[in-house]
Amino acid sequence: MSTLEPGLGTDPTVADPATPDPYAASSRETTEGTVYTVTGGDWDELLSETTGDERIVINMGPQHPSTHGVLRLVLEIAGETVTDCRLVIGYLHTGIEKNCEYRTWTQGVTFVTRCDYLAPLFTETAYCMSTERLLGIEVPTRAQVIRVLLMEINRIGSHLVALATGGMELGALTGMTNGFREREEVLHLLEFLTGLRMNHAFIRPGGVVQDLPEGAEKRILEFCDVMDGRLPGFHQLLTGNAIWQQRLVGIGYLPLDGCLSLGVTGPILRSAGLAWDLRKIDPYLGYDQYEFEVPTDNAADSFARYKLRVEEMHQSLRIIRQCVEALEPGPVMVEDAKIAWPAKLSIGADGMGNSLEHVRKIMGQSMESLIHHFKLVTEGFKVPPGQAYVPIESPRGELGAHLVSDGGTRPLRVHLRDPSFVNLQAAPAMCEGGMVSDVIAALASLDPVMGGCDR
Amino acid sequence: MPDDDKQPGVPPTGAGGASGPTGATPGTPESEAATGSAVAFGPTEQHRPHAPTVTGRSREGMFGISGSGDTSGFGGLRLPAYAPAPAERPYGGWFDEVVDETAAALDEGGVTTFDAAVPQVTVDRGEMTWYVAREHLPTLARTLRDDPALRFEFCSGVSGVDYGEGVPQQLHSVTQLLSMTYRRRLRLEVCLELDDPHCPSLVSIYPTADWHERETWDMFGIVYDGHPSLTRILMPDDWNGHPQLKSYPLGGIPVEYKGAEIPPPDQRRAYT
Repeated sequence: MSTLEPGLGTDPTVADPATPDPYAASSRETTEGTVYTVTGGDWDELLSETTGDERIVINMGPQHPSTHGVLRLVLEIAGETVTDCRLVIGYLHTGIEKNCEYRTWTQGVTFVTRCDYLAPLFTETAYCMSTERLLGIEVPTRAQVIRVLLMEINRIGSHLVALATGGMELGALTGMTNGFREREEVLHLLEFLTGLRMNHAFIRPGGVVQDLPEGAEKRILEFCDVMDGRLPGFHQLLTGNAIWQQRLVGIGYLPLDGCLSLGVTGPILRSAGLAWDLRKIDPYLGYDQYEFEVPTDNAADSFARYKLRVEEMHQSLRIIRQCVEALEPGPVMVEDAKIAWPAKLSIGADGMGNSLEHVRKIMGQSMESLIHHFKLVTEGFKVPPGQAYVPIESPRGELGAHLVSDGGTRPLRVHLRDPSFVNLQAAPAMCEGGMVSDVIAALASLDPVMGGCDR
Repeated sequence: MPDDDKQPGVPPTGAGGASGPTGATPGTPESEAATGSAVAFGPTEQHRPHAPTVTGRSREGMFGISGSGDTSGFGGLRLPAYAPAPAERPYGGWFDEVVDETAAALDEGGVTTFDAAVPQVTVDRGEMTWYVAREHLPTLARTLRDDPALRFEFCSGVSGVDYGEGVPQQLHSVTQLLSMTYRRRLRLEVCLELDDPHCPSLVSIYPTADWHERETWDMFGIVYDGHPSLTRILMPDDWNGHPQLKSYPLGGIPVEYKGAEIPPPDQRRAYT
């Protein structure tokens, strides 16, 4: 058996003085067999040395630029064909689910938002909707619209990263620079709306933490206009590009039955022809009031997924525009003072903070307000015992939050069914039998985010 | 399985009253259990009455304080453990239909009956949960997947819940099923003892359960019998213990001031 470790440098003990090339393939003997180190361009040399009889195991990762996080692939290859693919995950496991068990329900948002760092607002929403089902409360309309608005902006940002890193992995560096430039617009807008570029913790059980800032509508519509102008750039740059098509068409094929048995959802499932989008199937947060389409394809390959993501961004822009129209003045948090934090935030001379008016009231006028404020923030609110599972449609598929309460102020169990975790299982089915280079294209079309996968 | 009869804190004849098998024949749980499970299982399982499913700890006092002179009266607080109530027919909506269809399909299959496979049905907050006898889980899941009137063809996930020490059958293995055909969601829950955490694997029925079950083994130590390669997935291969268990020791945070340490989260002052 031979093991191959790309990119670990050459072994000086085997350097042949006749070949001055310092980057040539080298090898050393280990108890596991011969370990070859190749650095690219010397593949033929390796194959001639191993004469093709031996089973070659490639260790790709754990820190590989072609993966959306820290993912390790163990590939077994015959020539350039992958015969066996195994994924090793867990490098980004941070115990978010466990941590939530020792925090109040409100504090939990701060943790779950760090799971899927490309789509933080989706994790927040799933967590909060599950908490709200346990509490049996309904979120005010304006808060629902704001949630939808933020999620759709976030969806554009997430899909842009999928395209950008996907392009980078295949060598389309202009796709990468364009994608990240556009994503910067998304992040600027989210920063303006929520105060942070990522890890917002803006959506809270009961609504959202504060209202949108002044001039939000104008900024959002400007953003939509900018994106309208820039999104066609992807079609001009990539869709018709012969190299792009050759790298993606027919690659990472996963038909519908494979998707269903492997639990794959999101653009991958829709690329196999099933228009399964929870926003349409099981509308939440008033998604049934917005007009949009669920694009599908029948090719079930990486190219179809690329096209679907571009189309979904256009649909998200449609929803965002309708959200801006649907924004009516009103509360953004439930009226129940046992759940909503009493703190009213405002922008003062020194940045964001508690509003002076509120501080004066609780400090100067009402002892009860102060006690109540203190208890709600430190102890938190109690959630009736039971369990709830609320799924939503994240950019990657079904994101479910399974929360269990034992009646206390902290969750007994927080489980996130993250689509990255489930979709990654399909990677062997997509890669085996293909070329090594196609592994990258197939994985890129899965768009896994390891922060969400490992939690 | 000799440990099954030993359930701390639960009266041995737990089948009386509200905890009996749902619906049809509440008066004769013993005979029902015998006919239902005699087909497939050993004699130790036969006469086991269904114990009430408890999902929560009972509480005493507040603020986590004990042994001190309590002048506030908060220490006198007593709350019983929460047990999800078995649902009564009609369950409402499509819930009755699914139960009827499953019962009919299981009768047709002849391996088990619905009452033996699902000792308790709970409908809460618009979600239906079936508490499943673990030995019937694969039969039940296969029926749910394949029967044309049920078609739960999609498994959203498998995860675990640890309800903590002192709760009978404190480990739960939770499976979320989805019927894309009928647009229904169903939760299957298997309750397990901590010292006998074995549950049949669903990988042969839902291949997507592979990683989910590995994760649940990794985090909770639930052994999924029949899983093709039940290895750790999130923690390193040589890790000891199962981190999501409530009994797993937590670390504190050392601070650089006179050797002080912030206590682990479960030893800090708690309000519940």
